[in-house]
Amino acid sequence: MKLVEAIIKPFKLDEVKDALLEIGVQGMTVTEVKGFGRQKGHKETYRGQEYTIEFVPKVKLEVAIQDNQVPRVLETIARAAKTGSIGDGKIFVRDLSAAVRIRTGETGETAL
Amino acid sequence: MEKVWRLVVVILALTTQCLAWACGAWAEEATEKIPAVSLQSGDIAWMLAASALVTGMIVPGLAFYYGGLVRSKNVISTMVQSFGILCVVSLIWVLFGYSLAFAPDRGGVIGGLEWVLLSGVGAAPNPMYAPTVPHQAFMLFELLFAAFTPALIAGAFAERIKFGSMLLFAGLWSMVVYAPLSHWLWGGGWLARLGAVDFAGGAVVHISAGFSAVACAMAVGKRRGWRTDYMAPHNLPFILLGAGLLWLGWFGFNGGSARGANAVAVNAVVVTHVTAVSAALAWMIAEWRHRGKPTVLGIASGAVAGLATSTAGAGLVSPLAAIFLGIAAGLCSYLAIVWKGKIGYDDTLDVMGTHGVGGILGMVGVGLFAAKGHLAVQLVAVVAAGAYSFIGSYAILKLVDGASGLRVTPEEESTGLDLTQHNERAYS
Repeated sequence: MKLVEAIIKPFKLDEVKDALLEIGVQGMTVTEVKGFGRQKGHKETYRGQEYTIEFVPKVKLEVAIQDNQVPRVLETIARAAKTGSIGDGKIFVRDLSAAVRIRTGETGETAL
Repeated sequence: MEKVWRLVVVILALTTQCLAWACGAWAEEATEKIPAVSLQSGDIAWMLAASALVTGMIVPGLAFYYGGLVRSKNVISTMVQSFGILCVVSLIWVLFGYSLAFAPDRGGVIGGLEWVLLSGVGAAPNPMYAPTVPHQAFMLFELLFAAFTPALIAGAFAERIKFGSMLLFAGLWSMVVYAPLSHWLWGGGWLARLGAVDFAGGAVVHISAGFSAVACAMAVGKRRGWRTDYMAPHNLPFILLGAGLLWLGWFGFNGGSARGANAVAVNAVVVTHVTAVSAALAWMIAEWRHRGKPTVLGIASGAVAGLATSTAGAGLVSPLAAIFLGIAAGLCSYLAIVWKGKIGYDDTLDVMGTHGVGGILGMVGVGLFAAKGHLAVQLVAVVAAGAYSFIGSYAILKLVDGASGLRVTPEEESTGLDLTQHNERAYS
């Protein structure tokens, strides 16, 4: 099992969600986060006083999936979240050692 | 127990007697002097309306303008400065401030004590100040000017001043700085005798607020985290609302300074509006070219700088001169505020950059466009008003600092004044 973490632009969330549902992803967790990458934040000016906003608002999307879904999910997120301009975000994949569905007590891939 | 009650009854009876006597005496004096022929109902109506408009500039105009400019932990503590100052200064004005400013002259520097407790200030017009409205109407209009000016200054020490010390400062300031200054220019004092002209308060209100603000910024010190923390305005719609209300009220502020519903008042309102729009556009374009975006805050700030600039000569200069003054206001105010960012003082809400600069431009503008040949005298008024306000304010601030401390503790400052000064928060 893998946990896919995608940091994307907030306005792309709906497109990414719909695209993932279409390829059979069952659920996801979404968090509002802040961060920066090579984009290095943005600037705001108030009466000539410049403030650099280093941490830009992003959305973090987490999806737990089976190993064989990984290429398709990565391709789907990357396609749906892409604008082509700086700040589109990143996708990380990590191993998932266990999963439990709380209601039924199912474990492993059947719990996803 | 019975003795106590008897004492209370006696005291009450005596107080009522004294009040009745005082009111009776006042009413007699007021009625016996009425030269009914000179009262003009149109003028009276306009002066009352103008007073209401100026009240709207203080609360809620300035309260919202300043409240939007601070951080969300200091909103109501900033807004209530306007309310608190209006209350304290109004009372002082009625008790003796008005007399110090406008009662018969003492050596060119201050008014006498003849009109303390508004004695003799009644329904009869004062021929020198406003011959067609009751003296009280003029007193009320000037009262609101006296309250507006320290409320402007409060922008300088926002987000770090103790509430009680702020009220003490404003009360003392209205007596020690404002009353003499308004006497010098409007009460027959030495600047008026020299020929200096200040139509609605370029020097008395705006230069004095600006230079006092610099004194406040110096005496109170910078906010913690200045230039390192994120201190952007928390609510731009509040700022637009406040600036809009100031704009609306300024028609009364400058128009009422004609002291009647007449052609001078109309000219004043036209000049006020034309200066404001020119300044808003000038600031907007300057910032657009300089920083790449026409900011909302820039347009609002430019308008307020224009309004401040219009004040000194509103009833005197032409609408064409108002365009020049407005453009100068937008550009100079923008430059002053950018420049302030480079030197090290924290006039938090730019009272000097907006009102000080506007007041100076307006006073010079009167010398250039209206009272020709008076330029030197106008400059004397600028320097005198600026220097006296700065020195007077600094002295009062040191006094208040010694008495009750000016600044909240670092912990209170970082928590925010809304909670620490008032036990309330703006947004829960």
